[in-house]
Amino acid sequence: MWRRSASFVLDKQQQQYDDVEKQESSLLSSTTTPSMAETLQNPSPKISAYYQTRAAHHGVVTSDWLAQAQAAVGRDPDDHPSESSSKSNDSGKPFGVIDDFNNWRKQPDLAEAVAAIRALASVIRSSQATTMMELEIELKKASDSLKSWDTTSISLTAGCDLFLRYVTRTSALEYEDFDSAKLRLIERAEKFGEISYKARKIIAMLGQDFIFDGCTILVHGFSRVVLEVLKMAAQNRKLFRVFCTEGRPDRTGLRLSNELAKLDVPVKLLIDSAAAYSMDEVDMVFVGADGVVESGGIINMMGTYQIALVANCMNKPVYVAAESYKFARLYPLDQKDMVPALRPIDFGVPIPSKVEVETSARDYTPPQYLTLLFTDLGILTPSAVSDELIQLYL
Amino acid sequence: MFFKHGMYLAEGSKAPVAASGVVSSMNVKPAKAAKAPSQKKDSSPVAVSENKDRKKDAPHPRMQFDDKSRVEKAKKRAVVKQTEARNRVELFRHLPQYEHGTRLLDLELKFFELDPVHPTVYKVGLRYLAGDISGGNARCIAMLQAFQESIKDYSTPPEKALIRDLTAKINCYVSFLIECRPLSISMGNAIRFLKNRIANLPVTLSESEAKTTLLTDIDRFINEKIILADQVIVGHAVTKIRDGDVLLTYGPSSAVEMILLQAHELGKQFRVVVVDSRPKLDGRLLLRRLVGKGLSCTYTHINAVSCIMHEVTRVFLGASSVLSNGTVYSKVGTACVAMVAHAFRVPVLVCCEAYKFHERVQLDSICFNELGDPDAISKVAGRKDINYLDDWANNENLQLLNLTYDATPSDYVSMIITDYGMVPPTSIPVIVREYRKEHLWI
Repeated sequence: MWRRSASFVLDKQQQQYDDVEKQESSLLSSTTTPSMAETLQNPSPKISAYYQTRAAHHGVVTSDWLAQAQAAVGRDPDDHPSESSSKSNDSGKPFGVIDDFNNWRKQPDLAEAVAAIRALASVIRSSQATTMMELEIELKKASDSLKSWDTTSISLTAGCDLFLRYVTRTSALEYEDFDSAKLRLIERAEKFGEISYKARKIIAMLGQDFIFDGCTILVHGFSRVVLEVLKMAAQNRKLFRVFCTEGRPDRTGLRLSNELAKLDVPVKLLIDSAAAYSMDEVDMVFVGADGVVESGGIINMMGTYQIALVANCMNKPVYVAAESYKFARLYPLDQKDMVPALRPIDFGVPIPSKVEVETSARDYTPPQYLTLLFTDLGILTPSAVSDELIQLYL
Repeated sequence: MFFKHGMYLAEGSKAPVAASGVVSSMNVKPAKAAKAPSQKKDSSPVAVSENKDRKKDAPHPRMQFDDKSRVEKAKKRAVVKQTEARNRVELFRHLPQYEHGTRLLDLELKFFELDPVHPTVYKVGLRYLAGDISGGNARCIAMLQAFQESIKDYSTPPEKALIRDLTAKINCYVSFLIECRPLSISMGNAIRFLKNRIANLPVTLSESEAKTTLLTDIDRFINEKIILADQVIVGHAVTKIRDGDVLLTYGPSSAVEMILLQAHELGKQFRVVVVDSRPKLDGRLLLRRLVGKGLSCTYTHINAVSCIMHEVTRVFLGASSVLSNGTVYSKVGTACVAMVAHAFRVPVLVCCEAYKFHERVQLDSICFNELGDPDAISKVAGRKDINYLDDWANNENLQLLNLTYDATPSDYVSMIITDYGMVPPTSIPVIVREYRKEHLWI
C-alpha cells in the first residue's frame, strides 16, 4: 500500500492534466511580447528559485562560477539601489523593489531574506507617499511582489511578513505627523535590517559555547550560520572534528568541507547513507534551517529529518542554528503538507521515462526530534517558537 | 444523634473524626476532613468562590464531596432537593452524584414558587437537568442569555448598592445552575467575565445605564468570543483539509461540524468517519446534519476505532476546554480516539475557542470530572430484553460509573486550532497569559 487511500491514482492523472495545460498556456504566452513584469519573474517556476540560488552560491566551485562571481562583485552594490530606484520611480514601484532585491541577492554571503529586508527598507526611504495608509499599501505591494518572485522560499516570505509586522507595530504612529512617523519607520526598518544582518554573529557566539574540546559534530547541508558557529569555535582554539554528509544532489557537503579545511578543522566526508553508521562516534548534530515553523519544527534540506530521527534514536542532541526572521506562521502536519519545492536531480546516467523520481528539495523535521534552537533571540526550545510568534502577531 | 455529633466534632476542631461512628453510606475520610480549607464565613454559595477573595491568583478548588461538614452545609442552602446516590465508586467519591429522575419532577413542581431564582434562569437550569442543552458553547450562550433577561428585569432594592446586590444575585443563580448540573469550564469563564464587568462598573452610572452597559457587554462577549471565534477557527481549519482526505471526528462538536460543512461548501472532496459511543450516542445528531448536507459519511462505534484508523488521514476533535499543560479536557472517549490516532501516526487537530482555556493543570481524568446518570448505562434504548442490570442498585458488589469527561495528554495532540491561530499544545499558557491581559478580562 503506497498511500492510505487509492486516490493517488486519481491525483496522478490530475497532475498530468495540469502539466499539459501549463505547457499549452506557456506556449500561448510566449507568442505575446513579455511585459517587464514577466522578465523579472522567476524564469522557471517549476524549479524552486531558492534552491537554484543556493546551488549557484554553494555548489561545487567551478571556473565558470568564479567568473560569474567576479562579474557580480565588480558592480558596487551601494550605488545601484539608488540608481535603479530613481530610474524606477517613473516605471513603477514593484519593479524597483525586485531590482533592488536582485542586486542584494547576488552577494553570496547575504541571506535572501536580509536582501529582501534591505530592499523593503529602501522602498520606505524612496517612497513618495504622503499618508501612512499609502505608505503601508506601498509596502504591502512591494512585499507581495517579492514574495511572488519565489513562492517556495520560506525565509523570504517569513522575513517580509515579520518586517511588515515589526515596522508597523509602533502605536505612536497615529499621533505624530507624517514625516516624523516616516522617519520612525525608517529607523525601525534599518534596525530590523541590522539585527537580521548581525544575527549570524550573535548565533555564532551563543552556539560555540556548546562545542567542547574533543567533540565530534555531524553537519548536514551547507548553512552559512552553522559555518559561522564553527568558524568562531575554531577561532577560539577549540579542538573538534566535523563529519559532513555529502548532501546530494547539491553536493553541499563538498563545499562545506572545503571551507572547513581552510580553517584547519579536521573534516570527514560521509555519503548520506552513512549517517547512522557514524552516529555512534558523533556527539552532536548541527543543522541550519530554511524555515522554522510554528510547531517548533524546521524545514531544511532533504535528509535533515532522517538524520534527526537517527540522532534522536541514539540520544544525540540536535541543534538548529536559525535567525529569527525565519520564523514562519506555517504548521505542517506531515511531509506533504508544505508548498512543494522541486529540484532536478542529476543521476549521471539517463533514467527511463517510466521511472518516477522524488525531486523534493526539502523535508520537515518535527519538533520532538530537535533539542535546541540557536537564534538571535537567544537559545530557545522548540516550543518557544510559537510563544515568540504569538507575542509578535497578537 | 450520632450523626449530628460527628458533624459538630468535625466543625469544632479539625482533628480527625476518629471514633464518632457516623452511620451512613458515606464514609468520612478523616484525612480529607482535616485537609479541607477553612470554614466558610458567610452564606455565599458553594463552588463559586469566596476563596477567590483570599487567593486571587490560584483557581479555587471545587467542593470535595467526601467532606461531610461542607456537604451538610451545602444541603441546607440548596434550592434543589437531591438524594445521594447509593453504591458510589470509591475513587470518585469526591465528585457529586445524585439520584437522577427525582430532581426534574421536583423542580417542575416548584416552577411557580418564583423565589430567589429568575424564571428564565430556572428554565435554563431545568433544560440542563433534562439534558436538552449540551455542549460547551450552547450551555454558555443559554446561560448568558438567561442572565441578560434577569439583568433586564433587575431593579436595585433601596439602600443597596447595584454592584454588590447584582453580584449576589448572580451568585445565587449560579449556585442554582450548579445544583442542576455542574458548571462546564466555558460557563465558569463566562461567569468570571460577567462578574468582572459588574465589579468594574463605574459608580457614577445610573441603574439603567449600568444595565445597558452590562447587556451590551454580554452581547459583545457572545459575539466576539464565540461566534466570530468560531468563524476564525473554521477559516484556519479548512486550510488543513485536502482533497482525498478521510477525516475522523468523535462525538458532537459544534466547531467541527462547522468546519466540515464549510470545507464541503468550498468544494473540497473528502469523506467523514463519525465515531460515536454509548450511552448518549449523540454523534447521530452530527451524522444526520452532515448527511443532510450531502457529505459522504461513515458511522461507527468507538470499539471499532482501531479497525478504521488505518484509512484515516486527519482527526478533528472538539474540546470542552484546554488546560495549561496542553491537556485537552473533552467528552469521555476523546482520549481513546486521540491515542489510537497517535499510534497510527495520524495528526490530531483539536478545535477550541480561546475563551474556554483554563489555567488549571490536570494530570488525570479523576480529580476533576462529572458523574452522569449510572442508570443510563444499564439500559439500552429500544431493547427491553436487555434487563440484566435492572436492579444493580441492590447489589452491594456492583457499582456503575458513567463519566462525562476525560483528559487527553498533550503528547497525543498535534495542533490546537483557536481564534489565535494554529498553535502547538505547549503554547496554551502563553495564550492564557496574553488573554487575561485583554481589556475584556481585566
